[in-house]
Amino acid sequence: MSKLADYDGPILEIDKLSISFFTRLREIPAVMDFSVSVMPGEAVGLVGESGCGKSTVALGVMQDLGKNGRIVGGTIKFKGRDLSEMSAEELRDIRGNEIAMIYQEPMASLNPAMKIGKQLMEVPMIHEGVSKEEAYARALEVVTDVRLPDPERMLNSYPHQLSGGQQQRIVIAMALMSKPALLILDEPTTALDVTVEAAVVELVKDLGKKYGTSMLFISHNLGLVLETCDRLCVMYSGEAVERGSIHDVFDEMQHPYTQALFRSIPLPGADKNSRPLIAIPGNFPLPHERPPGCNFGPRCDYFEEGRCDAQDIPMFTVPGNDRHHTRCLKFQEIDWSAPVTMADTKEKAEIGQTVLKIDNLKKYYEVAANALFGGGHKKVVKANETLSFEAHESETLAIVGESGCGKSTFAKVLMGLETATDGQILLDNRNIEQVPIEERDAKTVGEVQMVFQNPFDTLNPSMTVGRQIIRALEIFGVGNSEAERRQRMLELLDLVKLPRAFADRMPRQLSGGQKQRVGIARAFAGDARIVVADEPVSALDVSVQAAVTDLLMEIQREKKTTLLFISHDLSIVRYLSDRVMVMYLGHVVELGTTDQVFSPPYHPYTEALLSAVPIADTSVEKQHIVLEGDIPSAMNPPPGCPFQTRCRWKSQVPGDLCEREVPPSRRVAEGHQIKCHLSEEILKSMEPVIKIAAE
Amino acid sequence: MGLFILRRFGVMLLTALCLTFVVFFLTNLYPNLEKLAKTQGNQRMSDEQVETWLENRGYRQPMLVKYGQWLGVMPGFTNTLDDGQFVGTCARPGVAPEDTPKFCGVLQGEWGYSTVFKDDVGGIVSKRLGNTGYLMFWVLVLMVPSALIVGILAGMREGSVLDRSLSTFSIITTATPEYVSGVIFIAIFTSSTVGLKWFKGTATQAMDNPTFENFFLPVLTIALYGMGYIARMTRASMTEVMTAQYIRTARLKGVSFPTIVMKHALRNALIAPFTVIMLQFPWLLNGVVIVETLFNYKGFGWALVQAAGNNDIQLLLAISVVSVFVVLLTQLISDIGYVYLNPRIRIS
Repeated sequence: MSKLADYDGPILEIDKLSISFFTRLREIPAVMDFSVSVMPGEAVGLVGESGCGKSTVALGVMQDLGKNGRIVGGTIKFKGRDLSEMSAEELRDIRGNEIAMIYQEPMASLNPAMKIGKQLMEVPMIHEGVSKEEAYARALEVVTDVRLPDPERMLNSYPHQLSGGQQQRIVIAMALMSKPALLILDEPTTALDVTVEAAVVELVKDLGKKYGTSMLFISHNLGLVLETCDRLCVMYSGEAVERGSIHDVFDEMQHPYTQALFRSIPLPGADKNSRPLIAIPGNFPLPHERPPGCNFGPRCDYFEEGRCDAQDIPMFTVPGNDRHHTRCLKFQEIDWSAPVTMADTKEKAEIGQTVLKIDNLKKYYEVAANALFGGGHKKVVKANETLSFEAHESETLAIVGESGCGKSTFAKVLMGLETATDGQILLDNRNIEQVPIEERDAKTVGEVQMVFQNPFDTLNPSMTVGRQIIRALEIFGVGNSEAERRQRMLELLDLVKLPRAFADRMPRQLSGGQKQRVGIARAFAGDARIVVADEPVSALDVSVQAAVTDLLMEIQREKKTTLLFISHDLSIVRYLSDRVMVMYLGHVVELGTTDQVFSPPYHPYTEALLSAVPIADTSVEKQHIVLEGDIPSAMNPPPGCPFQTRCRWKSQVPGDLCEREVPPSRRVAEGHQIKCHLSEEILKSMEPVIKIAAE
Repeated sequence: MGLFILRRFGVMLLTALCLTFVVFFLTNLYPNLEKLAKTQGNQRMSDEQVETWLENRGYRQPMLVKYGQWLGVMPGFTNTLDDGQFVGTCARPGVAPEDTPKFCGVLQGEWGYSTVFKDDVGGIVSKRLGNTGYLMFWVLVLMVPSALIVGILAGMREGSVLDRSLSTFSIITTATPEYVSGVIFIAIFTSSTVGLKWFKGTATQAMDNPTFENFFLPVLTIALYGMGYIARMTRASMTEVMTAQYIRTARLKGVSFPTIVMKHALRNALIAPFTVIMLQFPWLLNGVVIVETLFNYKGFGWALVQAAGNNDIQLLLAISVVSVFVVLLTQLISDIGYVYLNPRIRIS
């Protein structure tokens, strides 16, 4: 079918849309009174926490709500035609042809048993009835467009043979196969590493310009939306709460939720001691337990009883701005520029003596080249290569790097889940690198504990919260009697600021943030002195992240814990850590205090990493560095410097030094070391990646 | 791939060796041998006589030696009794002692001598296996396609009327054992009670001259029972695949529903039931004994029952070896097929 005739109104016009899901018990409204319009060539961001209904809007546009979902009010118009009035036939013609979608998990959205070429060729073959040869030529062209190397080989592979970043490019290519008028991107980069994310985002932006496609960009990451979109719509609990151009919303926000959201994310300038993050109090309301009136009311600082909860709040137009709307009754009364009322600033904790000393630690895995037979030559994966550092009491040491850099391997060796290949780990001058967890005494086990990334999977679903903590206490040998342990468990709940009544609850009754608090309580059950926090907040929503981070900091201050904070999120690392260690392919490429690492001289990888992190602040100017290609496989690392394949400074090093030798660790300042061949002068000439424009 | 198959064959041989040894050991336990002596010799033998009888015929040699003789890697036991009768593992009635071969084990193609059928075990097994094989073949031809069709039709729209009716149908067929459905079929289609004399109630003739009339009922009885199971597995796998994200991708690409089912879902949905189908072979081989008895069709299962009931050690051993090989072979096929269906698993 040919595309719908030229049309110059808005590409997508959603007007007062309401979507509900119907269960046997009740109707659950997922989206209420939602309006947004996307003009040709415009990119509109849809921002909100999980469960706020942003993905439901996307599926509503696609008319693919499943059996239980139904549009109960309002219209969705695409190029002036109401999508809900179309027949199945007409819808099929629009899907993939006029509206295409890019999904969150590229691996899951590609058919594992079908070659990529076939999946791509299908699109023009269905919609334009072109021949196989022409479809193949088209697929080849688009795959080249999304900058994938060796397009012909790509078309002939299965999805699992590609890396995550490559898969996402294929999904993008698939969406662009028939040059759609509207592209819906549902958290397209959440599953990807930061540097890969930066490359994918740039690709999407460029292609959007090239093909003139309008975009609906769904994300929870405000920084990403700032980089990609022209306009923005903030959603909270099924409603749009604020809508406007990026600059209006970022700089002149008119809704308390938007404001609270910005205050809870670590922007440059935030500091755990002098300018702590402000968490949004309370919890996200469940869809069937929404409060009367303003949904954000119970968590809002400006809430006025009898007014905010009296009636449904409509959208108001903010005078003076272009298409800027807010769902707040009091937006004209609130002084938006009022300075943040500071939560009490805290004293910086005194950093004590060395607790943990890692010396030349190595962890190699032997992988049989042919897993089925065990025979053949073995390959050595160097997961950790000569790690040396110290961690002190009450210190937060952040370990930063992308997937496959060896940070989790290090955590495993430290915990005793694996034993080291070489080198040593000294805990209070005792060697523990060769002691597996089964052989460690209760005291050591209790002293070195871990907070895991995903709180949803780490609690036993069939045991009460209290029981699980008591179980940990038993293992660590804390307390002499059941009553004593129970008392201790209640104290631990106090420590993580959970009500004592939670002891008798099952994990499923808890929200993500609460579960993570239980995880923290469990980690501190044996008076842990070293806590490895493996991405402890990355699975949580932004507003909860701040509260959990804050809690960790507070416990650290009180207990003088050494915190090893593993993360890929540099904003949060900058906010809370004292020292930072940057890892790449098993090597520590840079180590120094937070200020040293975040300002020049940089290791080239740190520089790229800093540039890749999206920052939700319009006053920040970033240098734009996009790394080419993917992270090399740890099975087959490049010779010489591990980063040489993607390094933009490589030409500055004379000869082929980078390809021949692993650079030595150099001290560039007191406590700051960089593993790089670049000369002193070049390192000194580096410019800061992030600049905050003078206000 | 070649290396993989070679290795799998090696593993198969090893497994077969271990399993046959276990069976050999169990069938050669003393009480069994005593029973053998009494049935072969004299029911009223005293304990001493039994002992001598067994001693004379080599049954009291060490277990491993006997196993080696059975395998054919050790020379057979021979002895000439006081009355001049020549006995031994390799001795056959009517064969002179000079002509008796030195080795007579499985490796020489000698499966032994059946005491029940008074015939070479090899011949019996191949004949019975042939009969059952023929039955199995037609059961599979009927069962697998219909089970897959039922499963896929039921699974492609979970919760629809079609799904519910087909699911009920498959549950009923799996829940009805063969001896129930077989009897019902015989009553309905062959007896004069109902009057529908469409088929024959016995498949005895089918051993020599199978026709649709005398062979369809046993095939249907087994196929129905096995079908429900495969259909349920296929349905479960299909419903899971239909909710997968890549199916949504295909749907939102504008692919029509029939094409989604055929091109996107089918191959992925077949991965799990394939293993189950392959597991049906061993069941068909021995589990059909009820149906074989019901329709008086003398197949492999029937031979097994005869051998076990009459303490026919050699026949029992041969049957277990064949069963072991059938199981291992079908599992090999299932592994190879799995690799073909699931591109994420590649064997280099």
